[in-house]
Amino acid sequence: MRPRRAPKRTYNRREAIAGYLFIAPWVIGFLIFTLGAMVYSLIISFSDYNLAANTSTPVGFANYAQLFEDPKVGLALGNTLVYALMAVPLEIAFALFLAMLLARVGRGAGFFRTVYYLPKMTPTVATASVFLLLLNGNSGAINQGLGLLGIEGPQWLVDPAWVKPSIVLMTLWTVSGTMVIFLAALKSVPRDLYEVASLDGAGPVRKFFSITVPMISSAIFFNVIVLTIGAFQVFDQAYLLFWRDQSNASPESSLFYAVYLFQQAFRQFDFGFAAAMAWLLFMIIMLITFIQMKFGNRFVYYEGDDHT
Amino acid sequence: MSVTESSPDAVRLKGQVIGEQTVAGTPRNGPKVDRWYKPKSVLGKVILWIALIVFALLFMYPFVWLLAASLKPRGQVFDNSLIPRTWVPENYVEVWDQLPLVSWMFNSLSIALLAALAVAISSSVVAFGFAYFKFPARNLLFGLVLATMMLPGAVTMIPQYLIWKELGLIGTWVPLWGANLFGSAFYIFLQRQFFLGLPRELFEAARIDGCSYWGLFRRIAMPLSIPSFIIVFVFEFQASWNNLQASLIYLNAGSVEGFTAPLGIAYAMTKYSPTAGGHGDYQYVMVASLIITLPMLLIFAFGQRYFIEGVATQGRKG
Repeated sequence: MRPRRAPKRTYNRREAIAGYLFIAPWVIGFLIFTLGAMVYSLIISFSDYNLAANTSTPVGFANYAQLFEDPKVGLALGNTLVYALMAVPLEIAFALFLAMLLARVGRGAGFFRTVYYLPKMTPTVATASVFLLLLNGNSGAINQGLGLLGIEGPQWLVDPAWVKPSIVLMTLWTVSGTMVIFLAALKSVPRDLYEVASLDGAGPVRKFFSITVPMISSAIFFNVIVLTIGAFQVFDQAYLLFWRDQSNASPESSLFYAVYLFQQAFRQFDFGFAAAMAWLLFMIIMLITFIQMKFGNRFVYYEGDDHT
Repeated sequence: MSVTESSPDAVRLKGQVIGEQTVAGTPRNGPKVDRWYKPKSVLGKVILWIALIVFALLFMYPFVWLLAASLKPRGQVFDNSLIPRTWVPENYVEVWDQLPLVSWMFNSLSIALLAALAVAISSSVVAFGFAYFKFPARNLLFGLVLATMMLPGAVTMIPQYLIWKELGLIGTWVPLWGANLFGSAFYIFLQRQFFLGLPRELFEAARIDGCSYWGLFRRIAMPLSIPSFIIVFVFEFQASWNNLQASLIYLNAGSVEGFTAPLGIAYAMTKYSPTAGGHGDYQYVMVASLIITLPMLLIFAFGQRYFIEGVATQGRKG
């Protein structure tokens, strides 16, 4: 066991200077584009920024107060939360399911892995331009497919209740990034565990819940956190399917937080309010991630020491 | 029943060898097949293969549909037949008159190349700094690098816009790749992991031979890290090629010819919208969508291994 605090080190001066020079690009970028930008963003969020005149007047907490007064903020936040609650569990389940299929195949594994990964390579705009038609309530292929199964499909892009499932469906088509992480995790589960379990008479379900899930829990945990953070920032799909032509004809249930923030910033050019929205989003994401870490860590098994 | 399965010893022996390899080394180049996972019964195999094929068809369906729609005449784009009733390959010629695709592709390609090269090189330099040198506050600074990954882009979006505006660069390509010159947290992390895996003796020996610190990076670390360099490059190339929001912010006000491919398609989606303007010439959107997907498919064909490995690494080390 290593002591928690490393003993006092002496540094080679030349080496230290060289090290700083190597990391200098990042330090400069961090100071300008991250730290500087964050401070700037905070200042803007407390001001009324006039882009045309290039002036900003301090307004105290007015922008933050507006977060509570503007009903669309609550609406967008609710929509985003509901979407995240739908999308993340489905993405996890589907990606894990696909990974387990792929883990079991021998000959042809490369072929199927490639086919499953292709949607991830497709630019989101191309995906959206296709799904816009596939999801059409009357003539779309998805509803026709459902019709073959005797199910009457919904008006995906029109019915407010089906707006979020539409985007979830599109997201599930591109779930392969998550799948590949699961696949890597599955392949590192020691095989003798399954052998022993089989000898003890465990069935596939039991093996899944008692061996597979605990052994890949760190990958599940990682994917849940990454997907949740992503879900809270979903923009492209909602923008492309619903908010492209600023006609405001789209169902309110498609107004996601990142879309509203973008509209406020780069359509209304209300930078002060948009900056306040951004900080609220940041705090929400931090809070949710913190809660997930707090609860998740209890169930996560890490192999070896260097993972912790 | 094949021979290997009827002799459990062979399976076991193989299983152990595979097992050792997987635990001891990185399994990324390890055996493709982990025998233990394979279903034993014929029924199990049949179910597995049916499931694999069904999902493969589901994943391929939108591609096939896109290809079919791109070959249909104006009125039939919305039909769901996978074989066009009337074939209109002319769409592929006419699309160049309809939409400034050449400009869009050129813009996107230039930006993606600049973005990917800039971030791959800068991240590599910074990663080497963190991996090889010892200096005060190194771990603290590296912790900061990792922490920036948590920051939602929305927080820095507006100030960054104002910075580029102050520099008079709105409407140019620079905001879409300029910040990449300073490295990017995830790629720095990825490259650092790779550098840490290189034997330190290699560098010590070069030092004794009088190699400079920059030489260590340039002549030893860089050439050896080509695989992870490619991962970073293709990842960023894809991210840049896909980036709609930045184009919306920085290029949307300019001329249509100045759009990037994603912004162009979004524009075309509205222009030929099936809902707003009745049954427009949406087949051109389909052709354009297919064309802007091709570079990614090409890159994937060459760099498949890097893509999938890169994603897997991200998960494993995360």
